[in-house]
Amino acid sequence: MRPVQLGLRLLAREWRSGELGVLLLALAVAVAALSGVGLLVDRVNRAMLLQASEVLGADLRLQSPRPIDARYAQQAQADGLQSSATTALLSVVLRGDATQLANVYAVAAGYPLRGTVRISDQAFGEPQDTHTLPAAGEVWPDSRLLAALGANVGDSLSVGAASLRVTRVLVSRPDQGSGFVELAPTVLMNQIDLPATELLQPGSRASQAALFAGTPQQTQAFSKWLAANKQDAERLRDLREASPEVGNAATRATRFLLLASLASVLLSAVAVAMSARRYVQRHLDVVALLKTLGASSRFALALSASQLLAIALLATVLGSIVGYLAQNGLLRALQGLITTDLPPPGSGPLFMGLVAAVLLLAGFALPPVVQLSKVPAIRILRRDMTAPKAAAWLGYGPAMLSVLLLVLWVTGELPLALWFSASLAAVVMVLGGAALLLVQGVGSLRGRAGVAWRYGLANLARRRVSSVVQVIAFGLGLTALLMLAVIRGDLINSWRDSLPASAPNYFFVNIPPDQRQAFADYISADQGEITRLLPMIRGRMTAINDQAVAQMHFAGARGEAFAQREQNLSWSDQLGAGNRVTSGRWFDAADNGKPVVSVAVDFQESLGLKLGDKLRFDIGGETYEAAIIGFRAIKWDSLQPNFFLMFPPGLLDNAAGTYMTSARYRPTQSSTIAQLVRRFPSVSIFDMDDLLGQLRAMIDKAVLAVQSVFVFTLFSGLTVLLAAVQASRDERRYESAMLRTLGAQSSTILAGVLVEFAAIGLLAGVLAASIATLGGYVVASQLLDVPYHPDPLLWLGGVLSAVVLVCLAGYLSTRSALAQSPLGVLRQG
Amino acid sequence: MDLNIVLEAQDLTRKVSSPEGTLTIVDHISLQIAAGETVALVGASGAGKSTLLALLAGLDLPSSGRIWLAGTEITTLDEDARARLRAERVGFVFQAFHLLPALTALENVMLPLELVGRDDARSAALAMLQRVGLGPRAGHYPRQLSGGEQQRVALARASVTRPAVLFADEPTGNLDTVTGESICQLLFELNAEAGTTLVLVTHDTQLAARCGRMLTMRAGRLE
Ligand SMILES: Nc1ncnc2c1ncn2[C@@H]1O[C@H](COP(=O)(O)OP(=O)(O)OP(=O)(O)O)[C@@H](O)[C@H]1O
Ligand SMILES: [Mg+2]
Repeated sequence: MRPVQLGLRLLAREWRSGELGVLLLALAVAVAALSGVGLLVDRVNRAMLLQASEVLGADLRLQSPRPIDARYAQQAQADGLQSSATTALLSVVLRGDATQLANVYAVAAGYPLRGTVRISDQAFGEPQDTHTLPAAGEVWPDSRLLAALGANVGDSLSVGAASLRVTRVLVSRPDQGSGFVELAPTVLMNQIDLPATELLQPGSRASQAALFAGTPQQTQAFSKWLAANKQDAERLRDLREASPEVGNAATRATRFLLLASLASVLLSAVAVAMSARRYVQRHLDVVALLKTLGASSRFALALSASQLLAIALLATVLGSIVGYLAQNGLLRALQGLITTDLPPPGSGPLFMGLVAAVLLLAGFALPPVVQLSKVPAIRILRRDMTAPKAAAWLGYGPAMLSVLLLVLWVTGELPLALWFSASLAAVVMVLGGAALLLVQGVGSLRGRAGVAWRYGLANLARRRVSSVVQVIAFGLGLTALLMLAVIRGDLINSWRDSLPASAPNYFFVNIPPDQRQAFADYISADQGEITRLLPMIRGRMTAINDQAVAQMHFAGARGEAFAQREQNLSWSDQLGAGNRVTSGRWFDAADNGKPVVSVAVDFQESLGLKLGDKLRFDIGGETYEAAIIGFRAIKWDSLQPNFFLMFPPGLLDNAAGTYMTSARYRPTQSSTIAQLVRRFPSVSIFDMDDLLGQLRAMIDKAVLAVQSVFVFTLFSGLTVLLAAVQASRDERRYESAMLRTLGAQSSTILAGVLVEFAAIGLLAGVLAASIATLGGYVVASQLLDVPYHPDPLLWLGGVLSAVVLVCLAGYLSTRSALAQSPLGVLRQG
Repeated sequence: MDLNIVLEAQDLTRKVSSPEGTLTIVDHISLQIAAGETVALVGASGAGKSTLLALLAGLDLPSSGRIWLAGTEITTLDEDARARLRAERVGFVFQAFHLLPALTALENVMLPLELVGRDDARSAALAMLQRVGLGPRAGHYPRQLSGGEQQRVALARASVTRPAVLFADEPTGNLDTVTGESICQLLFELNAEAGTTLVLVTHDTQLAARCGRMLTMRAGRLE
């Protein structure tokens, strides 16, 4: 019989005895965790790229202050890409006597190439997606523009020299960006009508964009061509640059999910190692017998290997199915975190599941199985003969290597993988060392205790290797679980804190200085809560340390944008909520009227500024110079009014400007906002409720996803426990039968077992809690960038649950033995 | 070497190290067993009988001395070569039966045939099972069989390859007298039918008396 056949036949029979269940379970859980989370992260990553392309409205976007050469579009067409174009300019839109400055956005056929335009049938109406564009002679103004002009659908608006009819209301367009403070109301129109408006004159300030989209290969090739052929003033934006705008909640979530899946895999590895030990124990006799009958070591190895491989395959199939289903469930939970349609899952993560199963087996099960095949035939007569011990590097080397490979594959970062594996080795060593000390220490204790204590402690010392292995296994499992539990709480809290229920939901911009009190009173009278009113002054930065900005070059596109665009400046003596001074200082009373400025770190980093640098500004034709007195980190998602550049009071008081603020505001009547618009016609209103709602829903879903992946981890932890129960069951069965034959009470035996396991659980628990506290700090601060709060309760709970669970494991593995008659056990051998 | 000698040992010694120093369990034993012979190995518990048997069967290597089995010097072979020789020339019966619980009676008997790659494994094994009177129980698992029946399956497994030498270590030790007697009967019948050499460790003096020769061990030496 070929070894594979025999192996499979034996496997099929052993299967029924439940022997291999834990091994299969451990592998399947690892595969499920890896493939489930892998599939999910894969899809989320691809979706984030898609979402980035929506921010651009295209895969590639070329922006220019001047008309764009038609040659680009021709080349794009020749290369098989789609293209479109947009023109944005600021112009006054009129309806009868009413006027409003608006962002006129003229688009060509095909716009947008990525993402969708959302419209509604009336001002402030239900939004819906559309795949059409305003026809010639039509405009789609947004609700704010309609409200400001007192216009309705069906009315005609004058845009430049053209009169265009309102047919729909614009709700959003994909490339509107997030710089809402600068957004005037928008009107969307067809580029065909642009000449009729006569707005586009030589020298008029219009921003033109050419949009391109195609397959990733086409886009990449065309992007290269464009970069080589474009003019200097033309700016090329691609997905990579747009990605940060998608936000980092998703990035953190995926990082955590990957970590959680790794923790699952690690736990599963522990369970695999324990089950493999048991597999070896159970197969010593089989291998010895086969050898007595004339089988070679190779035969024995092939037999075991084929069994393990079969288990790996089965585990992969089961795990992948569970992983796929879980991933689908998680995705449903994550919807909203990702607003685009998710691309279908790739097959890569499923393949990864198989590789993970094989790697785990190769690393944790193969070394003992190789030793198993070396069991001498003489064991059939001499029970004390077991498999020869492997060299240390053979015993642990493959395990370390397989962990390293798995981590490397999951994270894709070699330093992280090395770091992870090294810490893992350190943790194993600490646990193992402490366990050895314990085992040696109890030896001296046992003379001085009762029967149960003596029996329990003696067992601990006698089963030296087994005890150490159990401390390591439980300790490692518990460390992973506790660490994840702590970080999970911190991650969720940091998300929730970022958007408290009291977050402002309205922004008001362009409040005339003389109306600011009246405006604040109006909002307060309607039970709104104004955050703070800040002046808003337009200005251009012209020089840094006497060097003209126009002649300077900055590292990133963001730096260039900061340097070139007109800035919003403000002044106040109050450091805003959500602002933190990172270096230098904030203003004090003595700074009033002094030429100093406080700069946001975003601005600092993009432009490479230092404390004391002198910034020169052109504000309304006047020149101001101010030295940097400090840098501030700003929590932008707090929705508080904030500015990159803040001056002390008394410096810019005479500069012309308006005021802006945000507020927590629930209009008491639906007509109130329309009244507000009429009462303060120049004020621009930004309703953030939709955005806030979306953000909150996103966070809730991310939390749900994180919780559900944690379930995987808990499940893996349970598998370890099962493996531990199983590992010592045979031995305990035999031993307790012997003891009872000798007249021991069941309760004495149980008490002894509890003493033994409580000692193991206590040691593993205390060590795991300490390691998890330390490790949690490192992971939270270094990897996830969330504030870390050690949780003593979790610490205590961890130790307690470790003791309880480990004792439970011991109890379960002994109880079945106590339920059987000693004779039955002894006869089975 | 006499062509009729199927098993020969020269100056066999087996030492083991223990906390109390080196123990000599088998002490300078030499013996010759002719083909077809039936030999009983008797002696007090701990005398070294099982150890000697394992050495003769090539399950273990002596500390010194040489062994020839069916014309091959097994003391110069490595573990796998000895395994191959066992597969072809040696049968084993143990006190504790040692059937694979996961395989049926028939599959257990087929095992040694399949290890040497015999195509007719199934029919040969079935014939052997019928020979020991267990044809109807071929599909049963060991746990469904009584001790005596299990030992008969083990006997069938040991004889099915028509080995040159059949070793049995207290084959009746776990059985009651009547069952033990029937197993012995079977052992001698099989030995007679196939001309197999039988080397048998036993505490049962009656059984020992039925063998052609009796070797007595005391403290590692043959008397
Ligand atoms: N590997 C070993 N290490 C230590 N002592 C051993 C070893 N192998 C055998 N012995 C000892 O050698 C002696 C002979 O053992 P063996 O099993 O051969 O005896 P036996 O004659 O078969 O006894 P029994 O009739 O009880 O089966 C015993 O005292 C045994 O404890
Ligand atoms: Mg013996």
